[in-house]
Amino acid sequence: MTRNHLSELTIHEAGERLAAGEFTAVELTEAVIDRIVAVDNDVKAYLTLTPEKALAQAAAADRARRAGRADGESGPLLGIPLAIKDVLCTKGIPTTCGSRILEGFIPPYDATVIVRLKEAGAILLGKTNTDEFAMGSSTENSAYFTTHNPWDLTRVPGGSSGGSAAAVAADECLGALGTDTGGSVRQPAGLCGVVGLKPTYGRVSRYGLIAYASSLDQAGVLTKDVKDAAILLQAIAGHDPCDSTSMDVETPDYLTALDGGVGGVRVGVPREYFVDGMQPEVEAAVRAAVDLLAGLGAEVREVSLPHTEYALPVYYLIAPAEASANLARYDGVRYGLRVDGGGLIDTYKATRGEGFGPEVKRRIMLGTYALSAGYYDAYYLKAQKARTLIRGDFDRAFEQVDVILAPTSPTTAFRIGEKADDPLQMYLMDIFTLSMNLAGTCGLSLPRGFDGAGLHIGLQVMGPAVGEGQVLRVAHAYEQATDWHTQKPPLHEERV
Amino acid sequence: MKLSADQVDRIAELARLALTAEERALYQEQLSDILDYFERLQELDTEAIEPTASVLPLHSVMRADVSRAPSQREDMLANAPATEDGCFLVPAVLGQG
Repeated sequence: MTRNHLSELTIHEAGERLAAGEFTAVELTEAVIDRIVAVDNDVKAYLTLTPEKALAQAAAADRARRAGRADGESGPLLGIPLAIKDVLCTKGIPTTCGSRILEGFIPPYDATVIVRLKEAGAILLGKTNTDEFAMGSSTENSAYFTTHNPWDLTRVPGGSSGGSAAAVAADECLGALGTDTGGSVRQPAGLCGVVGLKPTYGRVSRYGLIAYASSLDQAGVLTKDVKDAAILLQAIAGHDPCDSTSMDVETPDYLTALDGGVGGVRVGVPREYFVDGMQPEVEAAVRAAVDLLAGLGAEVREVSLPHTEYALPVYYLIAPAEASANLARYDGVRYGLRVDGGGLIDTYKATRGEGFGPEVKRRIMLGTYALSAGYYDAYYLKAQKARTLIRGDFDRAFEQVDVILAPTSPTTAFRIGEKADDPLQMYLMDIFTLSMNLAGTCGLSLPRGFDGAGLHIGLQVMGPAVGEGQVLRVAHAYEQATDWHTQKPPLHEERV
Repeated sequence: MKLSADQVDRIAELARLALTAEERALYQEQLSDILDYFERLQELDTEAIEPTASVLPLHSVMRADVSRAPSQREDMLANAPATEDGCFLVPAVLGQG
């Protein structure tokens, strides 16, 4: 494939060239579909592809652009082909959450984030693979198949938004939506070498985001560079009357926020995020990134987030507790799988026993236990109180610094199957991302270079609530000083 | 702390999950390991700490009382495993043990 193949373009590059009339949205979409056909047998990023719908949307985008030329109106997403994680409802297009229990489910409505993308003229290519109900760190918990890391097909892409991250890394879309409950956008972005941004809780509507843990879930974006993340966030952020937890505050201009550099910006480095057992190359890479930013004028200081070690148990009590309630709706009555068990109660049990995979059942059991009589105070209430302490850590740290830099995960991508039999080892992949969801703050992962095996290391930039602007600005400054984000994985194209 | 087989059955019953014998044994072991790891939470003194249920200071959010187009019955029933006369069809509830 030649450099500058259309599918390799960023959103902003493609947007400029579409506006200049160099190619049409139909040509761009065809190029991306060709790329999917050529590499997705290896990568397996998509659960569902909708090429006919995508081409129809592209033709409509081209018509809108021609009509818009007269009045000078066209947004940055007009004609841009995107991928959507399969936990976001898409009207008329199957939405499975990577689960057998929702096999064949066709939502009667679009999630608000989908409505906003469609209104902006974006093109939807299909639905990407995910760990079942977004519970996992590798896509190995998908009931359908495991997505492969485009940088090494024997390794996981991370998860749960692993399909979206792999699709962006493999140029099978120009950008993608994911969801992040405990790191599910940032961690796969880190492992696949793309940008993954989790907005502040409440910044983006959760309406139509199929619930896993409602006090933690947030839709996010996966892109090829930081500017694209700003563009996509701009499109999906903002208040939604259909989501009572969406913030009714003004959305700033994130593109303007990119500029200005890091001169005088206070960057914190949390001592608790450099722990025994992490890959030495990851620590060295993150410390080198801190030095680079200091060289660009940032003011670096050590900060402390003292309750970090409790984030894992707190998360894995609160999230499963909320999940056990949210997933009670899958009972085989109104939608999804039904397995006849005789009576009604036995039909519930049979349906859920067959429809849910092992990790989902494990978390439902854990959450049910944590909420059950006699254990509620010791587990669930205790975790909610510890959550308050974790939030307090961030409040105090962000009195001293504007952003916090840390690794996205303790290691680079692991081999498929390597952690599949040990849930606790898998949970530990999330230790650097969970706290932010518990605190409700925002942040992103961006490429920080490679380890000795040629695998991407993720650099996490964390900000306070509604601090997306300063997070994007610091990430953009780092990205502009490096070229990790322009590297492409060594995939073979199949010619069919 | 080791969960007993009876406790695992009780949790599965509350969660309305039919488990195979193999799953029961596996979850007994795995959930016990996970709960052991979580014991470290008990080190924390949280006596005077308020719990966080949501990070947002939201209470009783109201929207404008404006009517919207309702969902259509056919759309809502389209995904159902079984329907009859415009209703969801479920196994008999009465007369079951």
